[in-house]
Amino acid sequence: MFPELNNLLSTTPDRPEQGKLTLLCDAKTDGSFLVHHFLSFYLKANCKVCFVALVQSFSHYNIVGQKLGVSLTAARERGQLVFLEGLKSSADILFHAQDQEPHPLQFLREASAGNLQSLYEFVQATLNPVDSGETAWKYPVLLVDNLSVLLSLGVGPVAVLDFMQYCRATVCCELKGNIVALVHDNSDAEDEESNILLNGLSHQSHLILRAEGLATGFCKDVHGQLSILWRRSSQPTAQRDRSLTYQYKIQDKNVSFFAKGMSSAVL
Amino acid sequence: MLDSLLAVGGLVLLRDSVEWEGRSLLKALVKKAALRGEQVHVLGCEVSEEEFREGLGADANSRLLYHDLFRDPLSWSEPGTAVPGGPLGALRAMCRKTGPSPATVALDSLSWLLFHIPCVTLCQALHALSQQSVHPGDNSPVEKVCVLGLLHEELLGPGPMGALSTLAHTEVTLSGKTGRTSASILYRRPQQRAAQQTWWFSVLPDFSLDLHEQLPLPSELRPGPHTTQVDPTTHLTFNLHLSKKEREARDSLTLPFQFSSEKQQALLHPVLGQKTGRIFYEPDAFDDVDPEDPDDDLDI
Repeated sequence: MFPELNNLLSTTPDRPEQGKLTLLCDAKTDGSFLVHHFLSFYLKANCKVCFVALVQSFSHYNIVGQKLGVSLTAARERGQLVFLEGLKSSADILFHAQDQEPHPLQFLREASAGNLQSLYEFVQATLNPVDSGETAWKYPVLLVDNLSVLLSLGVGPVAVLDFMQYCRATVCCELKGNIVALVHDNSDAEDEESNILLNGLSHQSHLILRAEGLATGFCKDVHGQLSILWRRSSQPTAQRDRSLTYQYKIQDKNVSFFAKGMSSAVL
Repeated sequence: MLDSLLAVGGLVLLRDSVEWEGRSLLKALVKKAALRGEQVHVLGCEVSEEEFREGLGADANSRLLYHDLFRDPLSWSEPGTAVPGGPLGALRAMCRKTGPSPATVALDSLSWLLFHIPCVTLCQALHALSQQSVHPGDNSPVEKVCVLGLLHEELLGPGPMGALSTLAHTEVTLSGKTGRTSASILYRRPQQRAAQQTWWFSVLPDFSLDLHEQLPLPSELRPGPHTTQVDPTTHLTFNLHLSKKEREARDSLTLPFQFSSEKQQALLHPVLGQKTGRIFYEPDAFDDVDPEDPDDDLDI
């Protein structure tokens, strides 16, 4: 996790907020550093994490996690992390015989655009507290990287929104946990489905982190701009949709944030 | 503002966006209707019942009937226990549930319903819902049910938007500037001219409205405007003033391209047949006009 980002969001692993949906979106840049941040953040906060990783392999996240101070292998072994590796599982479901129980990625087998019910049931089974005397984790967290891949795999945006609604009902409202999901923003590509998904999720989110490339192009010292928007606070007027914008530079083990135009390379 | 929205029945559209959310205004309207003694039915699709009821107060909550389509709308968790007929069945059931007393129906949100019900079917159901007379078969004047629909603008195409606008009697569009929210209300009552009103407001924690005057202009927001006129010619290192003599001399100058009357006449009335041009020489004040021919002493 990046300490500077924690300061900007006013959170610490000791006392994080609960029952929130955080939406990560990236436009013209790669926002996966935010996924790594939240993964290490919630593992350090002693939460049970269900990570639906559809984009990269387990070893990729593990290597980056080690740079940030968490070991995904150890977390998986002690039961804190449940990792659904989309790349491996999809090969299983397409090329091996079908098991009796439905696979989380069952929708890949269906000819028409299906729904994500089996994926939801996997998440629910993973995060529901089991009374078997194991270590009590603080609260459950669902992390999805990323939802735009589901659109590319043929699932409709309404089906993805339904899946996210069911996850919210279970994880956020019932279990008082958090959800973090990454969505790509292709607003200049006129992708209607992607826009529906992004806007639909934005309306449901409590916190939107948006990583954008600089409008002026690629830069060596400033990798992009991060906009933070707080929505749907419990008191309607206390913090009326605060928003902040910062620029950032990604380093080997850290990301440094600074106000616009205040990069140390420029000053 | 809330009373005017709840006064006439029919469909009231609340159009919000990601930046200017409308659920707090919807809750304010629901609370107002409940405190007026009406029965309020809420079809909740996007937030949980606890979250919707939060902040409304015990009085309002006792008159609020929440139909939950958030937890399990598609019957995934326990097949058979959810509302029969799915979202459309739930909406049609609302049409039958409103009792004899005046009622308000809040739909949170219409965008969700549009994703799950075809637009035409939804419009028909909304029409049936809003046209419902409160006293069927009675001789008393028919009071329409007031249907409040929350709509997310970015999720709506122009087709469904136009269809819902036609159905609606009142459209409230939320926007704002510099942290203040504004509601632009379009009243479209039958047999009356359309009227438009804009209100600047904020929703207080107990979901009552705080109306503001017209938003102050940005210049007024800045403290201490400099109204004293500063004379720019006071502390200069060079002289910008003219003495009387200098002023007279300046006024009596002839300008370089000022025409003499002879030249002006020649230009205004050109002589036809004149092939070559004519030269007009106007000697300046400094010219030394010598009538003698300077070439006189040449021995050619």
